Amino acid sequence: MRLLEYQAKELFAKGQIPVPMGEVAHTPEKAGEIFAAMKKKVAVKAQVKVGGRGKAGGVALADHASTVQKEAKRILELSIKGIPVRAVLVEEALNIAQEYYLSFVLDRDESKPLLIASAMGGVDIEEVAEKYPQEIKKIYLDPNWGLQDYHIRQLIFALDLPQHLHKEFFLLVKHLYRLYEEKDALLAEINPLVLTQEGKWVAGDAKMEIDDNALYRQDAIKEKYTLIEAEDPLEVKAAEEGLAYVRLSGNVGILGNGAGLVMTTLDLVQRFGGKPANFLDLGGGSSAAKVKKGIDLLVSDPNVKGILINIFGGITRCDEVAKGLLTVIEEKGSLPVPVVIRLVGTRQEEAMEVLKNSDLVPILNMEEAAKKIVSLVQ
Amino acid sequence: MGILINKNTRILVQGVTGQEGRFHTEEMLKYGSKVVAGVTPGKKGEMVGDVPVFNTVKEAVDETQPTASVIFVPSQFVKDALLEAIFAGIKLIVCITEGVPVKDFVKVKRYARDKGVTIIGPNCPGLITPGECKLGIMPAMPFTPGNIGIISRSGTLTYQVADELTRAGFGQTTVVGIGGDPVVGSTFLDILPLFAADEKTKAVVLMGEIGGSQEEKAAAYLKNSRLKAVAFIAGRSAPEGKKMGHAGAIVSGKTGTAQAKIEAFSQAGIPVADTTSEVVTLIKRALD
Repeated sequence: MRLLEYQAKELFAKGQIPVPMGEVAHTPEKAGEIFAAMKKKVAVKAQVKVGGRGKAGGVALADHASTVQKEAKRILELSIKGIPVRAVLVEEALNIAQEYYLSFVLDRDESKPLLIASAMGGVDIEEVAEKYPQEIKKIYLDPNWGLQDYHIRQLIFALDLPQHLHKEFFLLVKHLYRLYEEKDALLAEINPLVLTQEGKWVAGDAKMEIDDNALYRQDAIKEKYTLIEAEDPLEVKAAEEGLAYVRLSGNVGILGNGAGLVMTTLDLVQRFGGKPANFLDLGGGSSAAKVKKGIDLLVSDPNVKGILINIFGGITRCDEVAKGLLTVIEEKGSLPVPVVIRLVGTRQEEAMEVLKNSDLVPILNMEEAAKKIVSLVQ
Repeated sequence: MGILINKNTRILVQGVTGQEGRFHTEEMLKYGSKVVAGVTPGKKGEMVGDVPVFNTVKEAVDETQPTASVIFVPSQFVKDALLEAIFAGIKLIVCITEGVPVKDFVKVKRYARDKGVTIIGPNCPGLITPGECKLGIMPAMPFTPGNIGIISRSGTLTYQVADELTRAGFGQTTVVGIGGDPVVGSTFLDILPLFAADEKTKAVVLMGEIGGSQEEKAAAYLKNSRLKAVAFIAGRSAPEGKKMGHAGAIVSGKTGTAQAKIEAFSQAGIPVADTTSEVVTLIKRALD
């Protein structure tokens, strides 16, 4: 789960990582009030979980109550990379002397935490990494021993920091690592890490990605941040029902068992000229009730003009899937959109028996099924 | 032949009395796998089929000498179960459970490496040497003995492609579902040398996915290998930055995209199938 900047900064502040004074606002009026209480030049920053907000006009500087309100209103009406802005962070503008970069990330290929830092931080860090790779300092950590003091000393010398900044930097790295570990983060990133003209380190931005698998032991994060900024009502509903759902931009609803098979189904629909409306993975061993929940979810989406169900029964039993589908038909009288079903594997024969008296004729070949739904939707 | 498991593999099931553990223990027995023991703390003396249940892995190892373990315990107990198996001297561990916290797993993985233990998974269907041993939750139906090795990051997609290969007359030496999590115990690169050393395996099928760089590394390895290979990448149509379910399939930046992986395979001279049915066509061509 990706945290919004203000959420990550709340965790930073509790973890003794210096952040600018500031507060989140969901309305222009609230933004104005925050400014009035601070009486300092502020930055108004869009709170979205995608990068590139600065270049999309999602950040503005202001030093009058009226400008703060005006900018907050403008930003709250923006969509950045298709995601509507629902909140802005109003925080004191920093007197920047230099921008650094600092992060801990779990490197999946090496299966180790990786400490990354650079004296050339800021919005163009990816370009720096490409053009001046020697400016990006990387230190791999042993997953069991974690961060040691000598790692930080290595980094301080590699960055060639002046003596008077050593102590504060040392503590900053330590505190960021502690947060990364304690919160089950896959990423804890400060970019830019601002060195102010007053000689202080302050986190200009904050990114944290929390491991979804570890949320069960991160109660505070789960309760406080999981659903409040939800971006899509259907995704929220799916999460509540325990379904793995991702909305896409097309009109062919897709449901299957197993992430790889569902992704392959999306690929096939696209290959034959269709546009998938979603990814929906029922997972293994699905009951008729879960199948029904999945179909209900797709049917409730007005963008869905047809549904392709693709099941290869392993632990999932085909007859359970067929029963789930029949329950939906019985409840609604008929299905509101064309449905193509592909059912193969465990208890396939029994599933055919269940569907015998319905209009649904399962197709055994996955590619045929994908072609059929594309032709029905067009 | 085949790799990692054969008809002599002695299996221990951790979490044997849970619903999943019990069901799949019976399925493995039906297939002919030698399940010799199960563990559930506090359930010593019970039986699952004719498999005795023990309180600890150590006890089960002392009494029944298993050579491999399969884990069905809930995700928050997986770290403990893995360590218990490693410390009891088991050298092959399959973790079926999904939803394991990544940091727990990287810690155990590091330790397992040092101890020479192979972990398959987590979040995987396990592995099967058709006709000899099924160590996992896959249905038996799609698999048949032959000379193709399969390594896959996905569960049901493995069944799909094995089924199509079997129908076309291409059986399998061993099929390994390595799991869909961002960090897994064994990657393509860990399994490929085992297939290369197995005389019976003539060709391998790699069922890849977007995300990470396993496929790129496998492509580089296969360039200089005797193995013939065919690859498939799921997730070509996935938009950037969207995470598809539990697949660990997340596309970020330029690395990990379907395009980057397809290019890596092409440069290594390995054909990439556009569909699962094309996997069969390309295998046929590779073996001609």
